[in-house]
Amino acid sequence: MSVQIIKNASRIFAVTAALVLTATVAAASGGGGPALKTQKWSFNGPMGTYDRAQVQRGYQVYSEVCAGCHSLKYVRFGNLLDIGFSEAQAKAVAAEYEAEDGPDDDGEMFMRPARLSDALPAPFANDKAARASNNGALPPDLSLIAKARVGGADYVYTLLTGYSDAPAGHEVAEGMEYNAWFPGTQIAMAPPLSDDGIEYVDGTAATADQQAKDVGAFLMWAAEPKLEDRHRTGLKTMIFLIILTILFWLVKRRVWRDAH
Amino acid sequence: MSNPGVTNQVMQWVETRLPIFSFINHSVGTEYPTPRNLNYWWSLGSIAGVALVLQIVTGIVLAMHYVPHADMAFESVEHIMRDVNYGWMMRYLHSNGASLFFVAVYIHMFRGLYFGSYKAPRELLWWFGILIFLAMMATAFMGYVLPWGQMSFWGATVITNMFTAIPIVGEAVTTWLWGGYSVAGPTLQRFFSLHYLLPFVIFALMFIHLWALHTSKSNNPLGIDVKSEKDTLPFHPYFTTKDLVGFGVFFIILAYWVFFNPNYMGHPDNYIPANPLVTPAHIVPEWYFLPFYAILRAVPDKLGGVALMLGAILILFVIPWLDTSRVRSATFRPIYSKFFWIFVVNGLILGWVGANPAEGSFILIGRIATAYYFAHFILVMPIVGWFEKPKPLPDSIAASVLGDDTAKEAK
Repeated sequence: MSVQIIKNASRIFAVTAALVLTATVAAASGGGGPALKTQKWSFNGPMGTYDRAQVQRGYQVYSEVCAGCHSLKYVRFGNLLDIGFSEAQAKAVAAEYEAEDGPDDDGEMFMRPARLSDALPAPFANDKAARASNNGALPPDLSLIAKARVGGADYVYTLLTGYSDAPAGHEVAEGMEYNAWFPGTQIAMAPPLSDDGIEYVDGTAATADQQAKDVGAFLMWAAEPKLEDRHRTGLKTMIFLIILTILFWLVKRRVWRDAH
Repeated sequence: MSNPGVTNQVMQWVETRLPIFSFINHSVGTEYPTPRNLNYWWSLGSIAGVALVLQIVTGIVLAMHYVPHADMAFESVEHIMRDVNYGWMMRYLHSNGASLFFVAVYIHMFRGLYFGSYKAPRELLWWFGILIFLAMMATAFMGYVLPWGQMSFWGATVITNMFTAIPIVGEAVTTWLWGGYSVAGPTLQRFFSLHYLLPFVIFALMFIHLWALHTSKSNNPLGIDVKSEKDTLPFHPYFTTKDLVGFGVFFIILAYWVFFNPNYMGHPDNYIPANPLVTPAHIVPEWYFLPFYAILRAVPDKLGGVALMLGAILILFVIPWLDTSRVRSATFRPIYSKFFWIFVVNGLILGWVGANPAEGSFILIGRIATAYYFAHFILVMPIVGWFEKPKPLPDSIAASVLGDDTAKEAK
């Protein structure tokens, strides 16, 4: 009898687990385009961390290439400390930009050098100005792009390296580019990265592929800055919970010893 | 009034004025007799209770930092994720906790279905369970709207549009619900208000659910009544310690999602701020609504779809009378137990169909699975119960658990 119950119980468990899994897999998949070119990221896996040098290079790609059109409004200069900038370095970076402040005692707004507490400045005053400068297309804010697209950093990398000539018979509109991974395959952004388009401060060879990888890692950090904290806390929590659960189980067994 | 467990003078003083200690003892203590053969599937009820408390606690913290305004909601969630101390943990606990709350409740419901826990005398217990489930669905739906991302906005648009299907007053009801002529700021603000209120309604319903439980007492895997004291064990310490093991496992599973895979059960589109001018390629609800979403879309008619979806839950209210079997537990029902698993698989198929766009063969599969969902309750339950010959039931719970010898002694 009890064997029967255990058999049934394990079946219930298996089916429920399958139900949850299939439903979530189905919900998480979707989105068109060919398969993404998946990369080995240092932040993947339960104990993953950001590669400081890579994320710093990614910041350089962002600030020298992407920032011309894309804002990064949820990242502040002070956040650069998290990816290995010293306070002096981050302050120096901030001081290259100006931020609006005020009103002062005369009621006037004024510009001052940016501080660590300021967000990275947006390239355009508003969406309309952004569209006006970009052929009608709106370059999205990149703060969350690595979480707002299926595939995350892999999507960023694949898209940036995914430009090609349109297949025969495929019409590409005036001012648009062909990119098989972009929804609808036509993208308003011209291929932004080229070999040696920038010169890395750390001397790494700046191939387009390297830049795409680095900016992918940087944007993942921008989207999920607490990932390392989360992984560390997760490990400690797991160890604690597993020991606690084993203790609960031992207590339960002891209490039930005389009941059978 | 007096309680043998209360020996401390202060406790006695309190007890004679407010019998809280004997109340606890009667509820979850040594004076609450519980069938001794409850397996771990019976832990899911108290796990769901823990999940509710976790949602309320994390939700209250989140509400301290969240701004329910169409222009600021999305940003305030990012503020929680980036600037609030452990804000990311609170939010991930809340969003993944909601999913696991549904997992616990779904397992709890399937356990009730398998072991016949809805049958007399537990009909009202079952009914309040369904009411909790309905309130949970409303709460979860409104909670998903609050981050004001693309899926929040468009999910809210799809679901609230269902109310326009109501004859005559549909348009008026929907406008009233929106607080305007589309999903917009006023909708967000009322959803926030209701999202904060409903968990306390769930909490109250849970107490009525427990009140009914303590009146009829727990069903058990054998589905037979408790006949003597030998069949039961006091709730404390036996089932308090057993439930603790369940809590531990629940929190381990929750911690996995929160710390190592926190966005898996969400939709990437919800990290894009709500935009009324851009419709996502396909709008899907949270996974726990997918089977019902499939039923909604199984009918080409809007009112028909809504009626069917609502019916899919409301039909649960009448299953105590649709099930004609004399025995509760499917363990002793050779034919029905097969149908139970077909029903589970059918639910899986509905979820899979719900996750996919309503096109091609998904439409036909969705319709067949929807028809089968209802057939299970309307045809299988009454007919199988009628002609099926159940296997012989054991004499008593004690006889089954402790073996025949001890049971004979008990007689």
